[in-house]
Amino acid sequence: MSAATAPAREAPAAPARRPEKERGRRAAGWARRAPLLPALVFLVATTQLPFLATIVYSLRSWNLLRPDSQAWVGLANYARVFTDRQFLGAAANTVLITASCVVVAMLLGIGLALLLDRPFRGRGVVRTMIITPFLVLPVATALLWKHIMFEPVFGLVNFVLGPLGAGDTDWVSQSPVLSVVVALVWQWTPFMTLLVLAGLQSQGRDVIEAGQVDGASRWQMFAWITLPHLRRYIELGVLLGSVYVVNTFDTIYMMTQGGPGTASSNLPFYIYQRTFLGFDIGQSAAMGVVVVVGTIIVAMLALRLIFRTFMNAQEART
Amino acid sequence: MTALSPQRPARRPRGSARGTALTAATWAIALLFVSPVLWLVLTAFKEENQAATDPPTLFFQPTLDRFTAVLGADFLPYAGNSLIATVASTVLVLVLGLPAAYALSIAPVKRTQDVLFFFISTKMLPVVAVVVPIYVAASWLSMLDNVWTLVVLYTAMNLPIAVWMLRSFFLEVPGAIVEAARVEGAGLGRILWSVMLPVMAPGIAATALICTIFAWNEFFFAVNLTAAQAATVPVFLTGFITSEGLFIAQLSAAAVMASLPIVVVGWTAQRQLVRGLSMGAVK
Repeated sequence: MSAATAPAREAPAAPARRPEKERGRRAAGWARRAPLLPALVFLVATTQLPFLATIVYSLRSWNLLRPDSQAWVGLANYARVFTDRQFLGAAANTVLITASCVVVAMLLGIGLALLLDRPFRGRGVVRTMIITPFLVLPVATALLWKHIMFEPVFGLVNFVLGPLGAGDTDWVSQSPVLSVVVALVWQWTPFMTLLVLAGLQSQGRDVIEAGQVDGASRWQMFAWITLPHLRRYIELGVLLGSVYVVNTFDTIYMMTQGGPGTASSNLPFYIYQRTFLGFDIGQSAAMGVVVVVGTIIVAMLALRLIFRTFMNAQEART
Repeated sequence: MTALSPQRPARRPRGSARGTALTAATWAIALLFVSPVLWLVLTAFKEENQAATDPPTLFFQPTLDRFTAVLGADFLPYAGNSLIATVASTVLVLVLGLPAAYALSIAPVKRTQDVLFFFISTKMLPVVAVVVPIYVAASWLSMLDNVWTLVVLYTAMNLPIAVWMLRSFFLEVPGAIVEAARVEGAGLGRILWSVMLPVMAPGIAATALICTIFAWNEFFFAVNLTAAQAATVPVFLTGFITSEGLFIAQLSAAAVMASLPIVVVGWTAQRQLVRGLSMGAVK
């Protein structure tokens, strides 16, 4: 549709002597690009423009509780971000929660995928069971873990661990970050499992058979053939998992409210508190900008680090 | 560990003691893994005084009273909002995403990689970094507590991933049939609709499924931008606690009802789920 109108609008602007061929090429270029535009414009409008606005807000003093207080304050909001101990604590928690959740979920996912990647009775049912936690509403997952699993007196965790001396441990109060990570790992393991399973099943049988002929042991075949093949699936899982887990809000909101105190607050939750409970728009906007920059840096570094370690460990073992 | 028998071709390890043990272990692990959900469902059928006991109650007379209580607490309007937000945003994602993914799948678009990277990089943008202007804008436009605000935001949230997925599915369509259609003079619309759509159907279903899951489960925007009118199911679940106190059985019933649509959809479309999740990586 716009593919047809765009070149028509383009043509009159072009010099009249322009060769016919050139015009044809331009039109074809627009026809190819046009289908891309609606999505591009939509995303720019809904993500880039608000982010620009966030940058502008971050340079202003603006508290909704004091409507007359608006003023340009330069980088003062940023200075306060970096001296805000609670912000730094929330940043540390974000890294801790994201990294531990993604790594543990991925390791469990690899294990489960290996178990699922062999024919056995009831495989479909088992796979169905394993994907279920990913489908349960995350808010429900948080409630389930807080009020049914980790409940100190009637909870299943303490009932099962009772013989081991867990007693009436109040997991969510005493180990809030661990509790949140457990719930998140449970929620994200199916995602990792399915990805790794897809990787395993796309592996060529001929390579494996060649390995068997060469007398490679199971472990050798896993380390030399399967793991390198799985690499891009693992990368994809870690990348996508991180993108989503970094933004975790519901689990913390429902399980701990960032508490006790700010012990289990992560950045999304802390900024939410500053915005919607503290009404400090300028300050939370500055935090938002810092988080974006931090996310980009950490994502790049962490991803590289994880894979260097991963691959080195694998080579060292060979 | 010992879980490496995938290396064995499709031979069923029948009769081998090792195979049986491995199967039993797999079943045990899966049951353990899913047991919180099973317990949640079980609790939803209990009386309130059976829900929190030490030791936990396993056998009881099941009742549907908790579910009727949840329905009585106005579950359906919230479910309606969730349905609108989920379906409309998923349709919008496909309307915007299909042409974009198509354009990116035919090589000649300049800087395809850059555009793709831009799409995925918007996913790296933490929502907290944009929520303030969005809140302010929605407030100026009188769009707070409006389900269509959620539709727009969920579309933006799912569009980047959807474009990536759809592009990888477009790449699987044999170029020859597209070329043949183009030679015969079919326009973009025709090519998309009558040539690619039939081939793409499973991929589109996979993409729609993933978008549906994330939209239904979204909480951050829903809790911050909606109130009584446009609140969705996850918000319903939070309101349940504060207004009703803590009734574990009733909460379980509400959690089951809130999760059920997506669980059922996900179960029935497992194949699509795998295809969707492994976007691009699985060809």
